[in-house]
Amino acid sequence: MAKKVAFMQGNEAAAHGALYAGCTFFGGYPITPSTEVAEVMSVELPKVGGKFIQMEDEIGAMASILGASLAGAKVLTSTSGPGLSLKQELIGYGCIAEIPCVVFNVMRGGPSTGMPTGPSQSDVMSAKWGTHGDHPAICLVPASVQETYEEVIRAFNLSEKYRTPVMVMPDEIVAHMRERIVFPEPGEIEVVPRKSPSVPPEQYKPYDTSFGDVPPLAAFGSGYKFHVTGLNKMQDGFPTTKAEIVQAEEERQVRKVDANVDDIVTFEEYMLDDAEVVVVAYGSTSRSARYAVNVAREQGIKAGMFRIKTFWPFPDKQIKALANRVKGIVIPEMNLGMCSLELERCAQGKVPVLGIFRVDGEPINPDQIVEKIKEVK
Amino acid sequence: MAFDYDKYIRPGKLPHIWCPGCGHGIVMKGLIRAMDTLKLQKENTAIVSGIGCASRLPGYIDCCTLHTAHGRAAAFATGVKLAKPEMNVILCGGDGDGTAIGGNHFIHACRRNIDMTYIIMNNYIYGMTGGQFSPCTPTGHKASTTPYGNPDPGFDIAKLAIGAGATFVARGTAFHANQIDKLIVEAIQHKGFSVVEILDDCPTTYGRRNKYKSVIEMMNRLKEVAVPVKAAEKMTAEQLQGKVLTGVLYKEVKPEYTEEYAKVIERAKASK
Repeated sequence: MAKKVAFMQGNEAAAHGALYAGCTFFGGYPITPSTEVAEVMSVELPKVGGKFIQMEDEIGAMASILGASLAGAKVLTSTSGPGLSLKQELIGYGCIAEIPCVVFNVMRGGPSTGMPTGPSQSDVMSAKWGTHGDHPAICLVPASVQETYEEVIRAFNLSEKYRTPVMVMPDEIVAHMRERIVFPEPGEIEVVPRKSPSVPPEQYKPYDTSFGDVPPLAAFGSGYKFHVTGLNKMQDGFPTTKAEIVQAEEERQVRKVDANVDDIVTFEEYMLDDAEVVVVAYGSTSRSARYAVNVAREQGIKAGMFRIKTFWPFPDKQIKALANRVKGIVIPEMNLGMCSLELERCAQGKVPVLGIFRVDGEPINPDQIVEKIKEVK
Repeated sequence: MAFDYDKYIRPGKLPHIWCPGCGHGIVMKGLIRAMDTLKLQKENTAIVSGIGCASRLPGYIDCCTLHTAHGRAAAFATGVKLAKPEMNVILCGGDGDGTAIGGNHFIHACRRNIDMTYIIMNNYIYGMTGGQFSPCTPTGHKASTTPYGNPDPGFDIAKLAIGAGATFVARGTAFHANQIDKLIVEAIQHKGFSVVEILDDCPTTYGRRNKYKSVIEMMNRLKEVAVPVKAAEKMTAEQLQGKVLTGVLYKEVKPEYTEEYAKVIERAKASK
């Protein structure tokens, strides 16, 4: 049987990806340029018995999905820059209380109201450093409509597997452009269920590390009684200020991601085998970068592209290896140099990192990237 | 025989954090008696709070308990309730948590008329942070951030809830301990969003700044100002000056949110 094919936006694809992943609860608040996600969810979720709620504000939307997740639902919210800023405190709550959830954030111009309909890639640092305190961060940056669909599914899987909030952050171009999408059959892409407790209710502890760094999470209303707090907590979920427990728990939360980087980090290598200049790109910018690499190759320059698909955790290992064998790194991005900082950290001064930074709401075109590739000596 | 509170208290979690003379413990006991009267199943009951002294209450009760972020109890609880409408969802917290930083979630939970019960312990102050004025601190009173007297007018929580669309609103006081569980029972039984405001005291950060000589004096004030709604009907406006009405202040039947959403699901499925 031929697979189902459609022509749709990245935002619409995100909603359908969430449904494939088993999302049954969406809490949102209208914001350009991500509103289509909410609109599709409001149509589709009740058809499968799921719940859609438009909350009174961005904070409430984030709170509602955390509450619903604790009640056992797979949950999604969607937002954009200013909304992400508002959600940050509760993203931190999700990190410390270890509540699976997916935050779909379409990157638009900022700071503040900025350019609501203009593309940007300026939330990538906010994805890791936006909420206060040390915490794990996973952030996926799709570059096409098809990939947005698939990465939303992967985001749900990672959030359940590691019991932590996961962000999917397309730029506005990816979110609003329309492309052909081929839907997978049910069962074709793995869907990870939440790890439920195997112990009887009286023995259950929500942060029981005897089950490893990712303890099973029971659902409210499933026969298990337990306490959840945003305070630093013990294995039984109750607050503590005991230094050794707080230190160990904080380290475990971050370790859930740090110790599993190879499982989480994904990337694409394009013409890198003999490359002397590598263009590192992500999101819609990588589409210009691919074109630029082709143009440079036609002109006899050994260029290649490393496309970041998982922004956090950052592909340190891969970038460090590249820095040992290329002459220079070119980074086009729609911000004033965010990924660039990470690349400089990984390159450790071994090769130059040349940035092309645009924050004027216009995409970076291939010519600009070709020119920068030629600057690498 | 004395009422056995232990069956609802989490083993090993007492003593609580509240100061001697604080009324929050009286409210907690009232909630426990109400839960017992209604035979609420502990596994099927979620108690959700924000941040502050009153918001520490859920930690002591042996249910599904969720101590959220400052002001966010109603929004988290809405997620729990909509995801699992069969659960009993009870919210609790203080006046600052619920009407300042959580004011938006509070009024919208009222508007939706989602079937949850919100117990607000109003002690007119931010106690946990050391006694700053709240939206409920009376004008002219002193707090650590109103050393020359509070210039702000205070909220009437019950009026706020009624205005925002709550379909059951009641008020009690920490002095009238035997009334608390009765109000909570009626609130939980009510289908829709119910609010129970309990006038409380904070001797540590409010009383001492406002010339109350003792907890007894604070409790006596609650006794003196409270007038049951029935009794108030026979009183003149002059006699009601400075008094606060207690009992069930408002009750109406309106469509409940999770039931309305179940109809949305029916309509969506029919439209496939």
